[in-house]
Amino acid sequence: MYSENFQKSLAAVEAARDKNIALEPARMTAQQKEDLLAQFHPDYKKEEFSELKIGANKGDKVPHELAEILQAHSRITAESVDLENPDYDVDVLVIGGGGAGSSAAIEAHEAGANVMIVTKLRIGDANTMMAEGGIQAADKPNDSPAIHFVDAFGGGHFAAKRELLRKLVCDAPEAIQWLSKLGVEFDKDADGNMITTHGGGTSRKRMHAAKDYSGAEIMRTLRDEVFNRQIPVVDFTAAIELILDDKGNAAGAVLMNMETKELYVAKAKTVVIATGGAGRMHYQGFPTSNHYGATADGLVLGYRVGANLKYAETLQYHPTGAAFPEQIFGALVTEKVRSLGAKLVNVNGEVFMHPLETRDVTAASVIRECLERGNGIDTGNGQAVWLDTPMIEKIGGEGTIEARIPAMMRMFAQYGIDIRKEPILIYPTLHYQNGGLDIDADCMTTNIKNLFVAGEAVGGIHGKNRLMGNSLLDIIVFGRTAGKSAAANAKEASVGKLTLDHIAKFEKEIEKAGIDTKTVSPKLLPNYTRKK
Amino acid sequence: MNNMVNIFLFGKKYSVPENLTIMTAMEYAGYELVRGCGCRNGFCGACATIYRIKGDRELKACLACQTKVEDNMYIATLPFFPLVKQGYDIEKIPTTEAVMMQLYPEIYACVGCNACTKSCTQGLNVMQYIAYAQRGDFEKCADVSFDCVMCGVCSSRCPAGISHPQVAMLARRINGKYLAPGCEHLENRVKEIKDGDFNELIEALMQKPIDEIKELYNTREIEK
Repeated sequence: MYSENFQKSLAAVEAARDKNIALEPARMTAQQKEDLLAQFHPDYKKEEFSELKIGANKGDKVPHELAEILQAHSRITAESVDLENPDYDVDVLVIGGGGAGSSAAIEAHEAGANVMIVTKLRIGDANTMMAEGGIQAADKPNDSPAIHFVDAFGGGHFAAKRELLRKLVCDAPEAIQWLSKLGVEFDKDADGNMITTHGGGTSRKRMHAAKDYSGAEIMRTLRDEVFNRQIPVVDFTAAIELILDDKGNAAGAVLMNMETKELYVAKAKTVVIATGGAGRMHYQGFPTSNHYGATADGLVLGYRVGANLKYAETLQYHPTGAAFPEQIFGALVTEKVRSLGAKLVNVNGEVFMHPLETRDVTAASVIRECLERGNGIDTGNGQAVWLDTPMIEKIGGEGTIEARIPAMMRMFAQYGIDIRKEPILIYPTLHYQNGGLDIDADCMTTNIKNLFVAGEAVGGIHGKNRLMGNSLLDIIVFGRTAGKSAAANAKEASVGKLTLDHIAKFEKEIEKAGIDTKTVSPKLLPNYTRKK
Repeated sequence: MNNMVNIFLFGKKYSVPENLTIMTAMEYAGYELVRGCGCRNGFCGACATIYRIKGDRELKACLACQTKVEDNMYIATLPFFPLVKQGYDIEKIPTTEAVMMQLYPEIYACVGCNACTKSCTQGLNVMQYIAYAQRGDFEKCADVSFDCVMCGVCSSRCPAGISHPQVAMLARRINGKYLAPGCEHLENRVKEIKDGDFNELIEALMQKPIDEIKELYNTREIEK
């Protein structure tokens, strides 16, 4: 149901469809990709970054919005909290109730630890729930962990920490097996073989999926398992400050009830940060595909106690965010749409690139097509290009869309667009935080003992760009590892006297560096009320 | 400039642009949401909402993030609904209808009113999947319920007190774990990795100079 303004371009897309299906567009050379990124990828726009003046990464550049919350005041002072009488006392405190946090909690529980999850919204309100396309694992005979390694290392610009990437690819098949045994329903053929597809930048078809509800299916199963194990979940409660002991080790967190604002103290032998991403920071003014609570809280909590960040300057802009209608502006259109055969087409009906380049390259290419070449479509709310979804039905047969990407069909049908018959309009949307806290292969931060990190809050697993399907994988692999490591370390940990001295220390640094700010952090939630 | 419509949030009147969703309209009106807002993209079920258009007899249900406002819409959000979730050990449960009789016997009290299906925010045939669950046909129950976001609206309308999303969750886990065919290539690969079959290849990559890996990457063969 597109209005008159779109009809001319739509006609061109339809007229060229058969020819475009047959076309096999060339992939870009390494040099072409480099040039494209340098000119059009948002990570390369120098004026959008500022230098950190304090903390472990002093001198590094990060997006303005992130610099502001990393160098902000605490929400509390040490005096406002009674550390002597903790409200909770556990072995393992998991902060965050998404896929990584839930996996960590299940494994810590399995290892016999007394574990608790604290989450600022509900368990499952997380980017995991919204991951649509799939999860990678090299489990087919023509594939291997080594090939997976090369794909991911190259896709991330050869910047991943190799020991983390090794863990990611080598533990991948077992992660799929673990999920299957929990009851996650992967798409399989009648013989039990996984139905797998390509993602951008993969050299083997290793994308496992559960229709286009892959993350939702994983998340709801993990959540169900957390409940079955009766692991305490303290919901609508945010961690707003980490607590260290007098030896400088992580030893708990100060929590805040999101509704009543009441403060609590959680004492723990080990702490797992699994707070997820940062899409709701809207870096560079981009819309986002992320859930409501994606505000980089874990980075703030870690940074304030002195933890290192890695690659915090790199963000992922998913090439295909919904650009029309405006009600779903920025919502994710899964890469699986392209895996199934849909190509990117400009205003004139021309395919302008190979649809399965890596995400950073594809996003930059879409931006170039619109901004430099003037081949975008004006949606009334910005520029966009077509993603020609009817190709999928022509290639895979009638019914493919309903069977394989029902969520996409439903989302657009709400607004009268039948994606089986009409193409959709897309533009890049802020999707993933490539960077985060620096960890070792056991998920412990490199410089704070007993502080573990898993999931999107980690930096270094993927390097400077992430492949589709490697994030659902990393939350499981590193979530499980963090849970096991945290439980094992909790057995040996002797917690000293609790302290929040780091708050005053950080405050002094802010003052000394001459940072003039009224901002408090972590941000916890964005504010979308109308600015009058 | 968009046309304005009148909506009634919990009975109170607000004038909002007609192009907004119920969720963004609430924010436009000044609500800073904590409850009833999760993924904002139709996957998490946090924003279950019931509404009635003035003069219309029918009570409708939707996800606030996926539904446009209409003029004279009376809106009440349902940010939490007390579903019953029974605990069980996935390793030890029966995989026949006996498990339903044990954990969710109320499904056999279904009166066939179809209110669940009529209210489903995802447009699923809820009563049908409950019928499959009653019979122990968990494969079909899993299939029909697959797109469920567990918002709980169906249960809020059920005279028999059934927690449909939890029944379906159980059926899907049983189907995924026990009824779906096993995956041989996955089992094989897990074993190969445990046996160290790939150690040499991976170790070589751990040591390889960046330039050599770049060459490897840029010239790698891509499966058609």
